[in-house]
Amino acid sequence: MSDWTLFEVFVRSKHGLNHKHVGSVHAADPAMALENARELYTRRSEGVSIWVVPSAAITASSPDEKEPLFDPSDDKVYRHATFYDLPKEVGHM
Amino acid sequence: MYAQLVDTGAKRLKTLEEMSPEERAFQEKIDADIKIEPKNWMPEGYRRTLIRQISQHAHSEIVGMLPEKNWLTRAPNFKRKLQLLAKIQDEGGHGLYLYSAMETLGADRDEEVAKLHSGEVKYSSIFNYPALSWADMGTIGWLVDGAAIVNQVVLQRTSYGPYSRAMIRICKEESFHQRQGYQILLDMMRNGNEEQKAMVQDSINRFWWPALMMFGPHDSDSPNTAQSMAWKIKRMTNDDLRQRFIDQTVPQLEYLGCTAPDPDLKWNEERGHYDFGEIDWKEFYDVVKGNGPCNRDRLRTRRKAIEEGSWVREAASAYAAKQKQKNAAA
Amino acid sequence: MNQNQALFEYLLRLGDSDMVLAQRLCELVGKAPALEEEMAIGNVALDLIGQARSWLEYAAELEDAGRSADDLAFTRDERAYRNLLLVEQDNGNFADTMARQFLFDLWHYHLLSALSQSSDERIVAIAAKGLKEVTYHLRRSGNWIKRLGDGTEESHAKMQEAIDEIWTYAGEMFIADEVDSLLADAGIAPDLNALQQKWQSDLTTTLEEATLACPPMDAFMQTGSKQGMHTEQLGYLLAEMQFLPRSFPGASW
Repeated sequence: MSDWTLFEVFVRSKHGLNHKHVGSVHAADPAMALENARELYTRRSEGVSIWVVPSAAITASSPDEKEPLFDPSDDKVYRHATFYDLPKEVGHM
Repeated sequence: MYAQLVDTGAKRLKTLEEMSPEERAFQEKIDADIKIEPKNWMPEGYRRTLIRQISQHAHSEIVGMLPEKNWLTRAPNFKRKLQLLAKIQDEGGHGLYLYSAMETLGADRDEEVAKLHSGEVKYSSIFNYPALSWADMGTIGWLVDGAAIVNQVVLQRTSYGPYSRAMIRICKEESFHQRQGYQILLDMMRNGNEEQKAMVQDSINRFWWPALMMFGPHDSDSPNTAQSMAWKIKRMTNDDLRQRFIDQTVPQLEYLGCTAPDPDLKWNEERGHYDFGEIDWKEFYDVVKGNGPCNRDRLRTRRKAIEEGSWVREAASAYAAKQKQKNAAA
Repeated sequence: MNQNQALFEYLLRLGDSDMVLAQRLCELVGKAPALEEEMAIGNVALDLIGQARSWLEYAAELEDAGRSADDLAFTRDERAYRNLLLVEQDNGNFADTMARQFLFDLWHYHLLSALSQSSDERIVAIAAKGLKEVTYHLRRSGNWIKRLGDGTEESHAKMQEAIDEIWTYAGEMFIADEVDSLLADAGIAPDLNALQQKWQSDLTTTLEEATLACPPMDAFMQTGSKQGMHTEQLGYLLAEMQFLPRSFPGASW
């Protein structure tokens, strides 16, 4: 099976807003990868949408570089909704 | 457990002072319960040991489908057939989750499966025992999955991120497996005739000791435990896990109205635990070495599936290549 | 034969075909050419067992003779079984398995589509649920026909041989008897001629794409399942499947 490709699988669940990485499958082509991912990762009707991506096509950041890559945004609190304190009367936003 | 004798290559723990700066940083991360992720630096021994452990665990899930398959085609009614098939299929899925976690360490599934087929890498000894009656479907779910769950629950806290996440998913899905098994036995004991009740007791008699063997040798005979615990790829020792399993299982056994084939099994008020007899370690090592009643058969079945499927997999690859060419031309 | 008797008979045919094919798929656990395929086969088998149960539950209620769906599935003899000859055929190699699956899925898909428009509400509900599942089964088996047909020389030869071998059991899906006609007239079951045309047209398209030759439609076709005349393969399948209920009559599991 060595010439089947390793695909990473991302599933968007019923209540999820984004696709989430769930694991990988082996398949001969992308169509089969989608089928295999459906069989494996949505057995309990977890998903409404699946992406498959050849593992080799993914460039990942190294966790050891976590600080330079991600720490700068730690102080950008204005990117987060909780930063904005609104009067209660405004209600849910 | 599902991975019973995993060699870490280390017979003694290094102190922090003896470690290289990278290794020390790694160990300190583990000590602080920070998960190790695929692209983190890790000692070669950690990587190798994990590949062995996760692959053995995965192989066990896949081979573990076979004893149950033996009765799937003879399941007695719709309900049981559906439950058993769903369980067997989950096991296949769990094998795949684990292979997937293993591949994040740079290992190749096909290569690791080839090691299983050549006998170089093992799977859990329990699956080398035959499933001889329908009651075994109950006992396997209750005792075998029960033992596995005891181990897997603690492995959810293992140090390697992808392994830990696979375990969390597996534990969530497996919660019905043990209940499914226990209910089979309970139904037979409560509503069954004498023959069915005898079937249940016979099944427990055959699986009791092999289930206890799943936790592996005594701690005193497990030279790899210290390193595995330090790396947090093992979170409790074999004997502690075994004791935990027995303590939670005996009341369930009594509720069934069955007995264990162990005259020494009794509650020890002082320890707050059950005492139990000595495992037949000769049998354990015989089975591990390949001399269990079903070792040959299990491996032959797996090998045959992969060998006989090779033309199918090649065809799929050839078709994929042709389609790619067509799409490129279009 | 009144309409209820015909309907009972018809429900047995639907349920038995699902059940027997599921049993064949259960035999494949541990034998699939890839682990991913193991999962797929399991999913199809689970769907089919579920559908079989729904059809046989309805049959049991209709019969009202104190027999349950389990009794119908696990205690009837081969002469009383009404599954298609096609589905009881051995698994053979993977091409044989997929040829059988595809011919069945294609029929199943068009049948359930038609039954979703039945005048019988209970049938509509079961068919509509099943149709979702079978749509996927069909896509999957169709893809395998194409992969194997247009894969390697070896797989092409095996796939062609598989289609040619199983062909003789495909015809009876479209040969109507009294039950079919009676229910078609009542708007409960579809007209088999119309069904055959859709089946044939889809089949030709897929086989063409798979670079496979379609055997002649007017070839000799085996029949008999509607009267419980089966091939010798069914008896062994049932002997295994019914072992426990038959060895321990009346026992509960």
